[in-house]
Amino acid sequence: MDIPYNIDERPDTGMYNAKLGVWLFLASEVMLFGGLFSAYVFLRMGDVTNSFAAGPAELNIPLATLNTLVLITSSVTMVMSWVSLKMQDFKKFKYYLSSTLFLAALFLVIKYFEYSAKFQHGIFPSTNTYFAIYFTLTGLHMLHIIGGMAVLFYFLFPGSRLWLKAPEHFTNRIEIAGLYWHFVDLVWIFLFPILYLL
Amino acid sequence: MDNLKIRRGNDAAAAVKKHVRTYITVFAALAVLTVVTVAASYLGLSSGEAFFLALTIASIKGTLVAGFFMHLFTEKTAIIAILGITVFLFMIVLFFPFLAAVDQALS
Amino acid sequence: MPQGEKFWRKYIFSTDHKIIGIQYGLTALSFLLFGFVLMMIMRWQLAYPETPVPLIGFLLGEGGMLLPEVYNSLGAMHGTIMIFLGVVPLAVGAFGNYFIPLQIGAPDMAFPKLNMSSYWFYFAGGVVMILGFFLPGGAANSGWTSYPPLANIATMGQTVWLLGMVLLITSSLLGAINTITTIVQLRTKGMSWMRMPIFTWTQLITAFLLLLAFPPLEAAGVLQLMDRLLDTSFFMPSGLVVSGEVLKISGGGSPLLWQHLFWFLAHPEVYVLILPAMGIVGEILANNTRKPLWGYKSIVYSSIFLGFMSFIVWAHHMFLTGMGTAISTFFQTTTMIISIPSVVILTSLVISLWGGSIRFNSAMLFALGFLPMFAIGGLTGLPLGLAASDIHLHDTYYVIGHFHYVVAPGTIFALFAGVYYWFPKITGKKLNEKLGKMHFWLSMLFINGVFMPMFIQGLAGISRRLWDGGAIYAHASGTLWLNEVMSISAWMLGLAQIPFIINLIITLRNGEKVDSNPWNATTLEWAAAPSPPLPHGNFEIIPEVYRGPYEYSVPGAELDYTPQSKKSENR
Repeated sequence: MDIPYNIDERPDTGMYNAKLGVWLFLASEVMLFGGLFSAYVFLRMGDVTNSFAAGPAELNIPLATLNTLVLITSSVTMVMSWVSLKMQDFKKFKYYLSSTLFLAALFLVIKYFEYSAKFQHGIFPSTNTYFAIYFTLTGLHMLHIIGGMAVLFYFLFPGSRLWLKAPEHFTNRIEIAGLYWHFVDLVWIFLFPILYLL
Repeated sequence: MDNLKIRRGNDAAAAVKKHVRTYITVFAALAVLTVVTVAASYLGLSSGEAFFLALTIASIKGTLVAGFFMHLFTEKTAIIAILGITVFLFMIVLFFPFLAAVDQALS
Repeated sequence: MPQGEKFWRKYIFSTDHKIIGIQYGLTALSFLLFGFVLMMIMRWQLAYPETPVPLIGFLLGEGGMLLPEVYNSLGAMHGTIMIFLGVVPLAVGAFGNYFIPLQIGAPDMAFPKLNMSSYWFYFAGGVVMILGFFLPGGAANSGWTSYPPLANIATMGQTVWLLGMVLLITSSLLGAINTITTIVQLRTKGMSWMRMPIFTWTQLITAFLLLLAFPPLEAAGVLQLMDRLLDTSFFMPSGLVVSGEVLKISGGGSPLLWQHLFWFLAHPEVYVLILPAMGIVGEILANNTRKPLWGYKSIVYSSIFLGFMSFIVWAHHMFLTGMGTAISTFFQTTTMIISIPSVVILTSLVISLWGGSIRFNSAMLFALGFLPMFAIGGLTGLPLGLAASDIHLHDTYYVIGHFHYVVAPGTIFALFAGVYYWFPKITGKKLNEKLGKMHFWLSMLFINGVFMPMFIQGLAGISRRLWDGGAIYAHASGTLWLNEVMSISAWMLGLAQIPFIINLIITLRNGEKVDSNPWNATTLEWAAAPSPPLPHGNFEIIPEVYRGPYEYSVPGAELDYTPQSKKSENR
């Protein structure tokens, strides 16, 4: 039994199944972060201890700026890996996808230095509501990065065999993995100013 | 059938190649905007101005990523519609608790 | 087609939507029974306070009496289990999974492996929830709403409850993605939007509610876990005193934040419970009146509008939180507006009966029972949606009566109707009508005995969640005798389910065998698929669709029903 429109686009909707599926997943992710951003706004409103105004001073803005650039670059290499597949260039695809993975790992390393500096200064999620939301938002974002890395790793090594059997199917998969990756980047674009700069 | 697929693939490849330049431009714009938003945070703006500026820049960056990297500018209407509803509800969950708190403080 | 699959691949880790639907169905029915048993134990304490519980008293510790903390646990778990592990999985996981692909002419769901994993996430969530009972301090005991700060300082059961919820939410999200993709992408040729059976329509809208309303609760769940495990203060105000001591936390959080995020899910959840029920009732009414559904398009558009509005009414659960007048006016208005599409749908269903030659089989009886029961539930909701009357009724038994009328004799009756209606499709055998009718009439009688007195108690001002049922309050004395009436009705309602269980068993063993379309129905699951449908693929040939879903008694047609898959000669 074959599921229709698994690979090819359905003529009247113009989509293949997984593309709609991943967009629906991203819609639910938007609402997940919506709940968390809502918590940020709500807590900042009722912040009697002034922790939100004082918090960013404790953070390392240059490192976070670097991390923002790393993540943006990884988004570009991600989209380029998909472009390479579209142009039937498998070698370039491997090159770009491994760059994406490398940049993701670099992001985590920088984040590790940031976190450990906080812990050394005795700053924990329980310190105040600002750091509570800081650690929750960045922590959840980091989990998304790690999950994305697992997917990209799969497509770089064992999953890439599909390219030989069904190139179109594989290209689709990289496209939707890319959609997820760009979304993670998108979330960071909003996290960065609200946590570090304001 | 196979020939058709390859031809379609080649057409797509040609179209995609044109986009590469766009992707690089978008990347440059994102990098510049990141530097701008960080620089602006050192200007000592009032908190209202700072919020407005930072969120505007973030929204522009977000639009660039969603529009070009995620191809939303050329995406199918069904997906745009679903995301439209989602963004509307996102705004509701973001602002209504906030409005409720403001209203409570006022009355 | 994979022949000779191993047992575990075929029945346990199956990717066939029909097997997964049955797995959901059996698990959900078991949880419904379990949740019901919890309630029957609570009703003993309410009817005969502080006396040993018969039969199972030995499980409750020394003396066999139901202690207040255990009572609270049972209450919280009854709500959680009935909603998240019983009704929703049965309506969406079981019926949705099984019949959406069949009704739209698809070989399976769009993502079969995802479908399997969503069942196993649900199963794991259920197991984790039940594990709570074996922890020191027992299962979660802060109500199904888990309001902080109480829930933040509650026993370990609450942590397990949150973990269970995260698993259940994950399951729901995967299921919703699958349902929407299936309906959008896998409709067979000719199955346009306005030819879709009403059940599939309601499932589509339900899936959107699950997809977009659940994540904020997941966010809130994560925040509460942080509060409990890492001592953050998202929901903890400054200077909170517990047992005479100021808590050593940073403070600065807000319990109201939880309420906003919780009700942002939990109000749409009400429509998650009710929309599939309306869909099932619509199918059964059209089939058994042998008439097209009256106002099919109005029902569709009303359901869409209902789904949308359900996102902007949530704060009517929070009128007593000191809400300002402007916001409270807004939410009162939206709450009144949302009653309009509900009434449109219910009215359309009632008018569908007009002039029909009605077949009163068990499925139809349950569907007909749904109509007045849901009407009572809906109409008693209006006073709760207006702040002035809600101030008196808030958190009383009136509220309990109101939402149970919506969910128990409302949704659960519709789900029973669905079981009687679709059982022949799933098994190829028809449930016994005599036992079915007995099940219906007894359930109908006793379920009203349980919930009708709650309105009287609520109007008298008796609070919900009281271990003694209000006995220590003078204002309760006039209506306390009703506790015994309700409890006896509840136990009788339990006994009334025995004919149903017997019916399931004897029908499976040696029930009346039927052909593929015993009800002479028009929709694809009956008209184009064998009973039971083929494993992995459903149809011998994928059917095409030539007409709307309810062409019953068309003048000039050879039969009183014209299946959707029947080609018209003159076209």
